[in-house]
Amino acid sequence: MAYRWNFQPVFENVDVLLIGAVGTLRLFVTCLVLGLALGLAVGLARYSKSRWLNAPAACFVELFRNTPTLVQILWFYYALPVLLPFEISPLAAAVLGIALNASAFFAEIYRGGIQSIERGQWEGAQALGMSHAQVMRRVVLPQALRRMLPAFTNRGIEIFKMTTLASAVAYVELLQQGKSLASLNFNPIETYTAIAVVFFICLFPLVQATYAIERRLGRSD
Amino acid sequence: MNSSSPILRIRGLCKSFGDHQVLRGIDLDVHPGDRIAILGASGSGKSTLLRCLNFMERPSSGSIELAGATVGRPSQSRGTPTVVYPEAELTRVRQRVGMVFQQFNLFPHMTALANVMEGLVTVRREPRTHAASRALAELQRVGLGGKGHAYPAHLSGGQKQRVAIARALAMDPEILLFDEPTSALDPELVGEVLRVILSLGEEGRTMLLVTHELGFAYHFANRVLFLVDGVILEEGAPEQLLKAPQQERTRAFLERHREFAF
Amino acid sequence: MHAWDFSSVWASTDFLLLGLLNTLRLTGSALLFGVPIGLGLALMRLSPRTWLRLPAYTVIEVFRITPPLIQLFWFFFALPILIQVEMTPYVAATLTFSIQSAAFFAEVFRAGIVSVEKGQWEAGRALGMSPQQLMRRVVLPQAVKRMVPAFLERSIELMKTTTLAATVSYMDLLFQTNEVAQKTFRPLEAFTATALVYFVVIFGASVLVRSLERRLAVSGEGVVH
Repeated sequence: MAYRWNFQPVFENVDVLLIGAVGTLRLFVTCLVLGLALGLAVGLARYSKSRWLNAPAACFVELFRNTPTLVQILWFYYALPVLLPFEISPLAAAVLGIALNASAFFAEIYRGGIQSIERGQWEGAQALGMSHAQVMRRVVLPQALRRMLPAFTNRGIEIFKMTTLASAVAYVELLQQGKSLASLNFNPIETYTAIAVVFFICLFPLVQATYAIERRLGRSD
Repeated sequence: MNSSSPILRIRGLCKSFGDHQVLRGIDLDVHPGDRIAILGASGSGKSTLLRCLNFMERPSSGSIELAGATVGRPSQSRGTPTVVYPEAELTRVRQRVGMVFQQFNLFPHMTALANVMEGLVTVRREPRTHAASRALAELQRVGLGGKGHAYPAHLSGGQKQRVAIARALAMDPEILLFDEPTSALDPELVGEVLRVILSLGEEGRTMLLVTHELGFAYHFANRVLFLVDGVILEEGAPEQLLKAPQQERTRAFLERHREFAF
Repeated sequence: MHAWDFSSVWASTDFLLLGLLNTLRLTGSALLFGVPIGLGLALMRLSPRTWLRLPAYTVIEVFRITPPLIQLFWFFFALPILIQVEMTPYVAATLTFSIQSAAFFAEVFRAGIVSVEKGQWEAGRALGMSPQQLMRRVVLPQAVKRMVPAFLERSIELMKTTTLAATVSYMDLLFQTNEVAQKTFRPLEAFTATALVYFVVIFGASVLVRSLERRLAVSGEGVVH
């Protein structure tokens, strides 16, 4: 006997899901911004010639790229509070886990992008008497950022998908709300399908945009 | 000139790529043992013509007969009669019409011997030992008998092209097509390839050669075609077309390309 | 100042080892199914026939774009009701990660195949090879060599993704660690130890892949990402 799909309970509880969506967005934006900022700092440190900056940055990158994000989130939620005099909220744990992971990836993207600018650009700017910082700010970073755009958007999409991991520590995002609804209404099929569809609808245009950006850059670069 | 029946009969061959018509009606009879040099400026359609003969490009209209049998099936498309070319039939045609490319296109993950054997083993399904000895013979014919174990990356351009010729020969083709075989070679390597092609001609093989080497065309060919804008503008024996062309545009072309006095 | 005490973690070593084994088992199973399914999807995606291309495209995009945790929940909670079967965490996780990794592998395969230069296709056709022979004898052997680093990178990603299975009670290393942490009231030591184990395994694999990439770059082979 074929299963009878019934999305009625899902539609009736849109407000519950909306709360989750807000939580997802909040988490996503926080992690994206923190990840980009921290990633830039680490990326520049990685690129630096000084061992004092380079080595710790390299360790940071390797550590946070090579441990699974879920493990990091759980570590921040269960393990860290033991060392600290205060609790870590689900949001804090999720942000720490995802943003640090993201910053490690962003750091490598920054580094790769900066390194891809040919020596000629550096020399031309330095010959004008620009300091290292000025060259970076006025000549190298603006060009590098264009090239890094596809990698950035790819990573951004990954971060968006990773927000679902926060449900493991009961942070109120879309999947977490879905879990509640599914157990309440005994309709996991419709609930999880609906949530999957929401994510797909949100991300598919972004993915297509990334392809378009890659194509456009491939032509003009 | 051979008076036996044509091995290749081309009638009204046209080929368009989208809106761009490259071949505008080619009529040609190729007899067994013909050595035809095809000349023309870039964009004249000479490569396209060659590639239609082993159906690397499907003709837009016109007919090609190989040894008396028309290739392709007549069919109807929205009321107009047309020809369809089933891939399976084209695959069989390509086993009989060999091609040598400008860029050699050897398989880099196989040795020279394996390259030459590949057609026999995979396409003709011959036993490996038989194919191997046949391949070795072909490599020896092109002067590379000792290079069977070498990978293409370790061969010079001229050697690669000779292996490519051996690979085409191993299939015992009725017709051999050469698409600018020496254009991608350094000048000092051109000679060894041309010598091989010349020797194949002396064996009486049917060959069509697109080339820029006018001097070679003179020595090699028994017929020369000059293509302009997708049609054969002029055709004749090398003695006549290359030394005393009748058409003005042929004359102009030869002037621009005159490197050898012959 | 917290006094670190790993003794309870040491005591649970074989419990945790079981978890590690299960992690490897899941990763291995997902790879075992994911690679051939990925190849199939890639070939379908490249096919000129729309009835092959479109479903493959859909599967690839859906499984690459939707978050893997949602896929896992769907296969674990929703599918058993839909097709009336028993579902274990292992089956759900293997199913999810096989298809999910296959979607990513499909793109790696496709990029590799497309990167083989046109002249190779032409030479094979000119010899009279059928499309299948061409793919098998000429294109795939060359494509595979270029795709190896991207493959290995994707496989390492897979190993990280399998930790999600703990959320549906699959007894992988993360799940076992959580159990140990709750039983011994030593979450700091337990999770730190596990994080280190994951790091060592994944970092080690990563280093191997990078040295392989370097070796391939030296030998002149282009590499696909």
